[in-house]
Amino acid sequence: MNDMTIPNPIEAARVAPPAPLGMLAELTHRCPLSCPYCSNPVELDKRSGELDTETWKRVFSEAAAMGVLHLHLSGGEPTARKDIVELTAHAVQVGLYTNLITSGIGVAREKLEELANAGLDHVQLSIQDAEAENADKIAGLKGAHSRKRIFAGWVLELGLPLTINAVIHRGNVENIEALVNMALEFGARRVEIAHSQYYGWALENRRQLMPTRDQVMRAAATVERLRDELKGKLVIDAVVPDYYAKRPKPCVGGWGRQSLNVTPQGKVLPCHAAETIKHLEFDYVTDRSLPDIWANSSSFEAYRGTSWMKEPCTSCPRKEIDFGGCRCQALAIAGDPAQADPACSLSPFHAKITALAIKDAVADAPDYIYRRFGATSGNARVQITRNGAPAE
Amino acid sequence: MTDIEVLSAAVPKLPRGVRLRRDEVRDQWLLLAPERVLHPDPVAVAVLERCDGVRTVDAIVDDLATAYAAPRETIEADVKKMLADLQAKRVLDLD
Repeated sequence: MNDMTIPNPIEAARVAPPAPLGMLAELTHRCPLSCPYCSNPVELDKRSGELDTETWKRVFSEAAAMGVLHLHLSGGEPTARKDIVELTAHAVQVGLYTNLITSGIGVAREKLEELANAGLDHVQLSIQDAEAENADKIAGLKGAHSRKRIFAGWVLELGLPLTINAVIHRGNVENIEALVNMALEFGARRVEIAHSQYYGWALENRRQLMPTRDQVMRAAATVERLRDELKGKLVIDAVVPDYYAKRPKPCVGGWGRQSLNVTPQGKVLPCHAAETIKHLEFDYVTDRSLPDIWANSSSFEAYRGTSWMKEPCTSCPRKEIDFGGCRCQALAIAGDPAQADPACSLSPFHAKITALAIKDAVADAPDYIYRRFGATSGNARVQITRNGAPAE
Repeated sequence: MTDIEVLSAAVPKLPRGVRLRRDEVRDQWLLLAPERVLHPDPVAVAVLERCDGVRTVDAIVDDLATAYAAPRETIEADVKKMLADLQAKRVLDLD
């Protein structure tokens, strides 16, 4: 930049934010699966707009130099990128801890071996359910489940550590014990029992996905028991469903505080769902460097720290613990991203979020709206009917 | 609750996917694991550097007792407690 303007004294006095710990690189939005709770935005990036190899490599170098530790190679399906091995090798070379977040579908054993040889640190494999038929229905792809089993075998053979990620919702919430057992059987060291978070595609499918409060309570008890029983064998990490919570989650560890996302087109976001906040302007890695965006982008500044807060957050003793919860959920439910997350019992919208959950959890479950390019606004519902009614 | 017993003859090793790393940006040691960052103190770093998949727990304790000129029993208890804790977190293998 050749900008010779005199620095604004307020800008100059601002303390640089601490470096982020983790970066999610959404290498592509292409994916063989169409899970209805996908965290990708409802408007998916097309292949033609994806960043090229050299740009991703430059971004990884910048990330490592600024202090990012974990790099999550994600998507879509990250292995859909032809340059996935080259990108992984580069990330390893610059010192990043590389985590491949994959569906396990469409990945040849040779490709996985090349990734292992490139120095890939860890594989996270998604599993939709413990029952193959229902798993395939959720994924929107017949035969997906059995192929994942084969893929998990390769991960182990190649000596790579494996985490199983299971997104939990009404369609599989009764099968948590079976899912955990499947993770053990697959040889995983770690399993994520992650209740669906209602943004993006999951928000579109909230009536199809929301479990009852009773199901959530039982799920939590099951996780606690299994965690104790499997201590030293399997680490169980749980993500709680916050529609029934009392306290909000510290979303992404606080806005612009610990992590960042880069979309397939190179847009840098503070979180998955940040684009739902329409007044924010996001910056692209093709226009500015990653450290510059992290430190100075107005989108990161908007809700960083606590100065943007309103009551009840302003006077809350927990404001630097949960950072007001999730901005996108505040927007979605309370209509204002600067409100307290309605998951918080102190929010004036708390009763609303609870009522929404209770209503959706007992609604007749319509068909999933599958994650597809151009499938938004319910105008492209896929005619696959779910098996049975939700267990109550 | 199944408490993990660490045998003196066990050979501790950081498995693939767990890395002890110096973080130059933050000027500290880190143990990187899947979705986790652990912050080992200097003593823990000394132990972890010796978890090379070759040395036994006994050998590591001997080495540390010499290096830190500290009572062997104290070191042994501390090291075993730490290794058990790391194993429970699945960031350490004990063969």
